[in-house]
Amino acid sequence: MEQENVSPVKGTSLWKDAWRRLLKNKLSVFGMIVVILIVLAVIVGPAIIQATTGFTPDYIPSDKGSEFVKSFPPSLQHPMGTDDTGRDILARVLQGGRISLMVGVISTLVSLIIGVSYGAVSGYFGGRIDNFMMRVVDILYAIPYILIVIVLLSVFGGGNTPGFIKFFVNLFGGGAGLGQIFLLFFALGLVSWLTMARVVRGQVLSLKNQEFVLAAKATGVRTFGIIFRHIIPNVLGPVIVYATLTIPQVMLSEAFLSFLGLGVQAPYASWGSLAADGIKNIAIYPWQLIFPGVTMALTLFSLNFLGDGLRDALDPQQRKF
Amino acid sequence: MENRNGSILSVKDLKTYFQTEDGVVKAVDGISFELKKGETLGIVGESGSGKSVTNLSIIRLIPTPPGKIVSGEVVFDGRDILKQTPEEVRKIRGRRIAMIFQDPMTSLNPFLKISRQIGEITELHLGHTRQQSHEHAIKMLTLVGIPDPESRVDNYPHEFSGGMRQRVMIAMALSCEPEVLIADEPTTALDVTIQAQILELIKKLREETGTSVILITHDLGVVAGMTDKIIVMYAGKVFEQAPTGELFATPANPYTKGLLKSVPDPAHEAGEPLYQIPGLPPDLAHLPPGCPFEPRCNYAQEICREQFPPFVQINENHHSLCHFAEQVYAESQAEGGVK
Repeated sequence: MEQENVSPVKGTSLWKDAWRRLLKNKLSVFGMIVVILIVLAVIVGPAIIQATTGFTPDYIPSDKGSEFVKSFPPSLQHPMGTDDTGRDILARVLQGGRISLMVGVISTLVSLIIGVSYGAVSGYFGGRIDNFMMRVVDILYAIPYILIVIVLLSVFGGGNTPGFIKFFVNLFGGGAGLGQIFLLFFALGLVSWLTMARVVRGQVLSLKNQEFVLAAKATGVRTFGIIFRHIIPNVLGPVIVYATLTIPQVMLSEAFLSFLGLGVQAPYASWGSLAADGIKNIAIYPWQLIFPGVTMALTLFSLNFLGDGLRDALDPQQRKF
Repeated sequence: MENRNGSILSVKDLKTYFQTEDGVVKAVDGISFELKKGETLGIVGESGSGKSVTNLSIIRLIPTPPGKIVSGEVVFDGRDILKQTPEEVRKIRGRRIAMIFQDPMTSLNPFLKISRQIGEITELHLGHTRQQSHEHAIKMLTLVGIPDPESRVDNYPHEFSGGMRQRVMIAMALSCEPEVLIADEPTTALDVTIQAQILELIKKLREETGTSVILITHDLGVVAGMTDKIIVMYAGKVFEQAPTGELFATPANPYTKGLLKSVPDPAHEAGEPLYQIPGLPPDLAHLPPGCPFEPRCNYAQEICREQFPPFVQINENHHSLCHFAEQVYAESQAEGGVK
């Protein structure tokens, strides 16, 4: 064979390609930066505030304000003001952000694991198994998800926490309120895997008839290996896109539940419960509602922009308009 | 006797049917052949004649349902593959019987590096570690003539051209030194110059490794220089079976004759239309009781429409499925061979 004078090609994976396309989309780069900043702020923010000003999310000053008015508007010392009891709202928003983001990420992970395995198995085996598994999904779809979550939370909330949730709670140092939060993770995860399962099943149905799957079978790869090494990596694109769009959805559900008093409970706070606290005083102390609300809105917008950008980057053929 | 006359794979009366809404499609209907050690067998036929289904049946990869291997035997190394457990068959696939597929563009997983695709097989069958399989993959790429294999092994399939991907497929297929290599139209998706290279490569590797090869194609030019014997398939049946030289020189079946006449010939007069077999392949779900080739055959008589033709033995290695096999054979001899 003739030796050509070419420089060796370095492997470019589809991921690198997608990353390049993502960077071209200004709106999603903006979304990505905001998300990264908020995640960083939420992780290190409370510690910094405590180190510089001495305020913790639960610190109630005893010497500030009159007996009746402890809530102050934003100032240099309290960039987002203080709440009814004089606690620093910025510190509380950052602390609450941890819970809100954790609910979003962990519930999405739960739904990801269930949805991807369920969808992949259903699509790969096809036939009657597929038919049965998808009818189960249809039935679950028909039940309003918020109803399921409310039932789960009220049945397993309080003293009836199931064992495996207690295990996780103990892993993170115990606490009664924590049980409720972990329950929320699983409850929201359990209701949001349905669409994921459908998305994955659809992809797997078309992938399993591709030649490379037949080629893998012809080389003696086990069924497990075919599903998890050959098929699932090929559906990761749509799965990642759908997951990034699930996070804001789940966070919104969490905020909604907490707003109603069903989700995160004191002493823990989330953006939803902070907004619920704030709305009581909206006419007098608007900053109590505005700051948690704006932070949450900004985060959700950014996540959606990022998700849209990822969809265009990972799935260029499906680009709309 | 375990290996009668050194045969490694023998297929007996294999029948694979597909259940469709239109009725039962007899994709493969009573195929028998034998493959000896180190031998190359060509399977030729039009699209839909059952070539690929035959070979998928051998390693039990027919999608079931709708497909089903109704009867027959596939004796590999003294044991009937069709009677083994799925796990036993899985261990044979890729290890002892390997396949090369038609379209190299879609036969490689776009998400895996070449090193992983080849490595997966050797880790599975030969118990290689990551390190070993990586080195083995480089060795295989060198063997199939990929330049700069050390860096190319970490590329993804989309960074290879069609011909190179087919080389990678061959490297994958041969990575466990299989005893039988099934090449299902390995050159159909490639352009002519690359075709020649790939065929040359298969030929070379066959001589080096002593692997038996089944070469499926619809291109008679491809099998002519490669094979020891040829099976001509039509409508799921073997129409003619003969050693390569004899089949080209003295075909004993009107269908084979027609195929040979349709091959473009450099001596062909310019402007004169190329010969073609009239009509279309039959609908396999509604086959007539007589000879399936009868409507297109210029030897067709009343008997062809009514009775299924017999499998006539011309000589020890030459069989033909036709009522007039002897007559066609005699004519071919008189003509001194089509080519």
